[in-house]
Amino acid sequence: MTAPAQIELRHVTHAYRTAAGPLPVLDDLSMTIAHNGFCAVVGPSGCGKSTLTRLVAGLMRPDAGDVVLSGHPVTSPRANVGMAFQNPVLLEWRTILDNVLLPLEIVANRMDKAERRDRAMSLLSLVGLEGFENKRPSELSGGMRQRASLCRALVHRPEVLVLDEPFGALDAFTREDLWQIMHELRAEEAFTCLLITHDLREAVFLADQVIVFSGRPAHAQYVQEVDLPKERTLEDLYSPTASDMLHELRHQISVAQGRDGPGNAGKGAVV
Amino acid sequence: MPAMRQIGVPVMAIVLFLAFWEWLVWINGWPNYKMASPSDIWPAFWQYRGLFLLYGWETLWRTVAGLALAVVVGTGLGMIMGFSRIVRDGLYPILVGFNAVPKATVVPIIALMFVGQHDMNTILIAFLISFFPIAVSVSIGLSTLEPEYRDILRSLGASRFTIFRKIALPKTLPEFFGALKVAVTLAFIGTNLMEIVEPHGKGLGHLFDSGKINSDYPLMFAVLIALAFLGIVLYYIVVFLERTFAGWAERAET
Repeated sequence: MTAPAQIELRHVTHAYRTAAGPLPVLDDLSMTIAHNGFCAVVGPSGCGKSTLTRLVAGLMRPDAGDVVLSGHPVTSPRANVGMAFQNPVLLEWRTILDNVLLPLEIVANRMDKAERRDRAMSLLSLVGLEGFENKRPSELSGGMRQRASLCRALVHRPEVLVLDEPFGALDAFTREDLWQIMHELRAEEAFTCLLITHDLREAVFLADQVIVFSGRPAHAQYVQEVDLPKERTLEDLYSPTASDMLHELRHQISVAQGRDGPGNAGKGAVV
Repeated sequence: MPAMRQIGVPVMAIVLFLAFWEWLVWINGWPNYKMASPSDIWPAFWQYRGLFLLYGWETLWRTVAGLALAVVVGTGLGMIMGFSRIVRDGLYPILVGFNAVPKATVVPIIALMFVGQHDMNTILIAFLISFFPIAVSVSIGLSTLEPEYRDILRSLGASRFTIFRKIALPKTLPEFFGALKVAVTLAFIGTNLMEIVEPHGKGLGHLFDSGKINSDYPLMFAVLIALAFLGIVLYYIVVFLERTFAGWAERAET
């Protein structure tokens, strides 16, 4: 098993080429996620958050600047990344177990068939999907599909887990269940996590560090270290510390959206 | 009980349909040159049963051969168009034009091109008329693949071929079989078009043509029924293949 990586972005600038000319999405973005850290990125819609996930996964290269994993520049896709999206993209023709096993069919590994199965089954039971391994994705609820998608992202023990709004399409209570499951996964598995989200409570509940992106083209506008105990319950979200953090983050989002000046925290941000 | 419903209900429907047909002819007092009734058709079948078997087989194998060619070429074209936007933009107008030309006008041209090669001509028309839906649906199936599917595998370092084999190919199967069901009936039209427009003494189309020449109207109707029967058989073979290879796409009844 490899150690979780440190993710570093150094002065990353990127623009998409469109018919109407270049569309800059990232502008001199620098950020660092520690070994085994959990970083949530929040920001206005269309500010380049998904571009960040594709850069970290090595699916594309920035126009300028470097993406560095544990000291090695990322230039192409590497097997040490696991991804999950808002759409769970499970393969409908495979059972849940076979879906989770998919990365092990691609990534070189020394596990034999029984070991692969054991690995997948232990993850499935960790997320509460024991007994559903032979079902098809169409037989599962949205929350269960997303849990299976998380298992697939982790089955090959990636150093980096990239989550692009994985809980965005779920109802509020299912979402909270999955937050708890993320904490349980983090307690059992070692990975450095980059989470893209629109939900500030989710960011504070899950992450060690929340980064607010500015509007497009994005840079890291504000960094919030989350001083909550590592073992968290939903109750912690109602503590004064959490309330203050959420308030400040909400204010920073308004600033990023260009709706509020930088110094107006606590004076009722316009939503 | 389900077997009863799957077989009993369609058989019942066919019996009712035949009875209604017989009744309609009888009540209107139509002569058989206007509309033959099922009771006229059966003797025609029986009288020419040997020819029906021989010509039916000729029509069937040539249709299946044309269809097989359509599957190979259609899937190939669909794959190229599905993966390359440039090829798609370039090929589409040509294919649409090809498809828009009425095949009845192509029949004499093909017959002149390959004089005397009846089997090949017939297979060629069956192929020409049926490859289009296959090519289009395979290309749509591949080009509408959500990018996340690709990203999941690409981020693991999978090659394009692996992505195709593990995801694109199985994901396109339901669309492929949907198109194949359309192509089956089209291929029959193609085969018979060649057999009727350029008769060469082969196939059910020829039998139909000789019925016309000899004013044997029940025979003409009997040929239509035989064609419908062959069409149903081939269609359900495709349905069976679809259940076997893409059964996952069918939702459970709720």
